Amino acid sequence: MTIPKDQLIKELKDIVKPYIQNQEAYDNLSENTDFINDLKINSANLVDVILDIEDKYEIDIDNDSMESMINVKNSLEVILSKIKAV
Amino acid sequence: MNKRVVITGLGVVASNGIGVEAFKKAIKQGRSGIKYFPYLKELGFSCCIGGIPEISEELKREYLSELQLRNFNSNSILYGCIAGMDAWHSAGLTIDEEVDYNTGTVFGTGTSSVDKFRESIIKIDDHKVKRLGSTAVAQTMVSGVSAYLGGLLGLGNQVTTNSSACTTGTEAIMMGYDRIVAGHADRMLVGSCSDDGAYLWGGFDAMRVLTYKHNDSPTIGSRPMSATASGFVPGGGAGALMLESLESALARDATIYGELLGGHINAGGQRNGGSMTIPNDHAVQQCIKKAIQNAGIKPTDIDTINGHLTATKNDHVEIRNWTEALDLSGDKFPPINTLKSMVGHCLSAAGAIESVACVLQLNEDFIFPNVNCEDISQEILALVHQDQIPRQLINRKINIIAKASFGFGDVNGCIIFKKYLS
Repeated sequence: MTIPKDQLIKELKDIVKPYIQNQEAYDNLSENTDFINDLKINSANLVDVILDIEDKYEIDIDNDSMESMINVKNSLEVILSKIKAV
Repeated sequence: MNKRVVITGLGVVASNGIGVEAFKKAIKQGRSGIKYFPYLKELGFSCCIGGIPEISEELKREYLSELQLRNFNSNSILYGCIAGMDAWHSAGLTIDEEVDYNTGTVFGTGTSSVDKFRESIIKIDDHKVKRLGSTAVAQTMVSGVSAYLGGLLGLGNQVTTNSSACTTGTEAIMMGYDRIVAGHADRMLVGSCSDDGAYLWGGFDAMRVLTYKHNDSPTIGSRPMSATASGFVPGGGAGALMLESLESALARDATIYGELLGGHINAGGQRNGGSMTIPNDHAVQQCIKKAIQNAGIKPTDIDTINGHLTATKNDHVEIRNWTEALDLSGDKFPPINTLKSMVGHCLSAAGAIESVACVLQLNEDFIFPNVNCEDISQEILALVHQDQIPRQLINRKINIIAKASFGFGDVNGCIIFKKYLS
């Protein structure tokens, strides 16, 4: 299964929506957006974002991968690699 | 003038020592109580290490009767009763048939008997509600531990349980202090306990705040202030202190382990950088400053600090708050230690177990070593001199100790202990 990057970013944007605390950064979300510094997502909520990603793509995200998922770019990489592995 | 409050009894249950003597020996040696638990691995936990006190069946029966132990399934209440009764006995008090209307308890916990709760839920879902028996309520009500202690000891003053996450123990001490100062009680048994194991720790594992990097090396897993800190290690246990008005202690010629000068409890309102899980730094600093003010001391009077310091990557933030609140840094900063390097983070029990360690340091003039921080983080070294984070036991006269705890909900507590000189 492959998903075009544009579509993946759009889907990721929907996933993080409930957790963001900076609407402007959210509206301008790009590959370079950082979850905590830009979107102001509470660091404790990052695990919920990961769970929502796991549910959406039916993948398992290990601890080491999860540690890197603090921005859009790294998250896309992890999602893509896990989808390919399925 | 306000009543003075002294400590006349101590009790402790920790993974590196059960009972005051064993615990004192362990903390002087820097001995870890952290172990690997295969059942956590089996359940799919990322962090499979923790600090669980090992209580033998024999030891249980020194504190609770066969009848009390029937259908009993509670680590928090068991630890709390052992620590509480030890504090009672070390205070030279006896258990009588008469009610003691001058003594009460504030004994905190985060959850009560999470294992018993699980057992009850399984029975209910299995359509066997009658099988819960007569003690499911007493064990699972949050005030279970204070209710058990009240009955065991015949307490006739206030008998209650407080709960404020990882500040619980420190808050319980302050609540008992306030009650004695207000003249409502002569003695208050104060402290806290925590359940332990999978059903309490699961939520923390899911939050990824526990280390998953030391399943093969449990004793070096809890690394407060270290550059290689990777999350906290969960623990359980209980700590208890008998607080008493100075008049009452002198009148009965009790052994006095130290004085509680005062302290402060506050919250950060989950504002200004504070949240459910992260403290508001301004509130932390206010709490420390007000505790010092309440105790009537100066920052330079503090001989040693017992921090909260859990071994997440944010320990340097706590150190910065101490340096700013005290306006002391570098080699002027008092030596600071944390028990969590040995027993992990005992959650609602932490403040009480750590306060017992403080009173022992005060009474016997030592500073226990920090273990697992041979590589102090650079952010911390930028604030305080490395010698102020002792890695070896220090034998030195100790007059004043500041102890703080911080908890989820953005709640803070800071208390000040002083050596008692007759």
